[in-house]
Amino acid sequence: MTPQPMFDEDQVQRYARHIILPNIGGAGQRKLIDSSVLVIGAGGLGSPVALYLAAAGIGTLGIVDFDEVDLSNLQRQILHTTNDVGRSKVESAVEHLRAINPTIDVVGHEQLLFSTNVYDVFEGYDVIVDGTDNFPVRYLVNDATQFMGKPLVYGSIYQFEGQATVFMPGQETPCYRCLFPSPPPPGTVPSCAEGGVFGVLPGVIGGIQATEAIKLITGEGDSLEGRLLLYDALHMDFQEVKIRWDADCPVCGKEPTITELIDYEAFCGVPAR
Amino acid sequence: MAVTVKLPTILRKFSGNEAKVGADGATLRDVLTDLEGNYPGITKNVIAEDGGLHRFINVYLNDEDVRYLGSLETEVADGDTVSILPAVAGGR
Repeated sequence: MTPQPMFDEDQVQRYARHIILPNIGGAGQRKLIDSSVLVIGAGGLGSPVALYLAAAGIGTLGIVDFDEVDLSNLQRQILHTTNDVGRSKVESAVEHLRAINPTIDVVGHEQLLFSTNVYDVFEGYDVIVDGTDNFPVRYLVNDATQFMGKPLVYGSIYQFEGQATVFMPGQETPCYRCLFPSPPPPGTVPSCAEGGVFGVLPGVIGGIQATEAIKLITGEGDSLEGRLLLYDALHMDFQEVKIRWDADCPVCGKEPTITELIDYEAFCGVPAR
Repeated sequence: MAVTVKLPTILRKFSGNEAKVGADGATLRDVLTDLEGNYPGITKNVIAEDGGLHRFINVYLNDEDVRYLGSLETEVADGDTVSILPAVAGGR
């Protein structure tokens, strides 16, 4: 019986540069093709993440958004073009990602995430990438990935600064709540619309998130787990700080007090520790 | 002890847009008091009314979260870097 070839002709050519690359090779590329990653947000961060993951051949690439493309998005949301203004971001994203790589399965999830649907949306994905833009969803996504046992590739931006790390599920590994136990009071941190954002900033952080997602799947290199990477684009400054597991964390600590999903929308409803 | 304090974007309005400033003190509390002296209003978002650190802002001594050291009583040494880090949520 002839063994199944690892790649078809298109894949051999398409992924040639990975296949000959140390630390990736045919085995690593095969893992990427066999994997599934969900990118939450088809905006500033989601755009570069999804583009690079599609290019890398992630077998099933999901993308979640509920918004429409706005002209002001095009300064940084490079997944979309001028012709997409007014169109659903998910529709636009799926079309452009399929154009980059028609050999993978691109799945659009046109919905907002709530405690009532996040398990269904996340089901079946190996890795979740956070490209969202608000604290309630970030906490919800954290909790869901912790409860479901899925790695979370975190990235966030503000004006010229970015942050990135990887949160792993499991015993005594930190989660987002270990890093930031409480969100800032409403109004203390302006949104991108209010404060402005350096267009290329999410390109750098999103690229780092795609890098980490690919390394999680191939198992190669050293992940950002346990380290928070801080980037200041204006001063071209990279800094790392340690992220420790918090034994008192209400979600992943020794005695969790949050054991079910919560919608953190009513900001003050974030439970006190 | 002379330390460098790295300021996040949201606090640079107090420092004339400087991202790094110098400060002196034996403990983190002293350093923040010194900072407040030079840049009034800057520590309002760092130190809460009860005198402890706000829960939504992280402070690092070099690469360690001071919550795991001595919080505001953490001793600092010459040449240390204190980084003030708020959570940010932007992604779009």
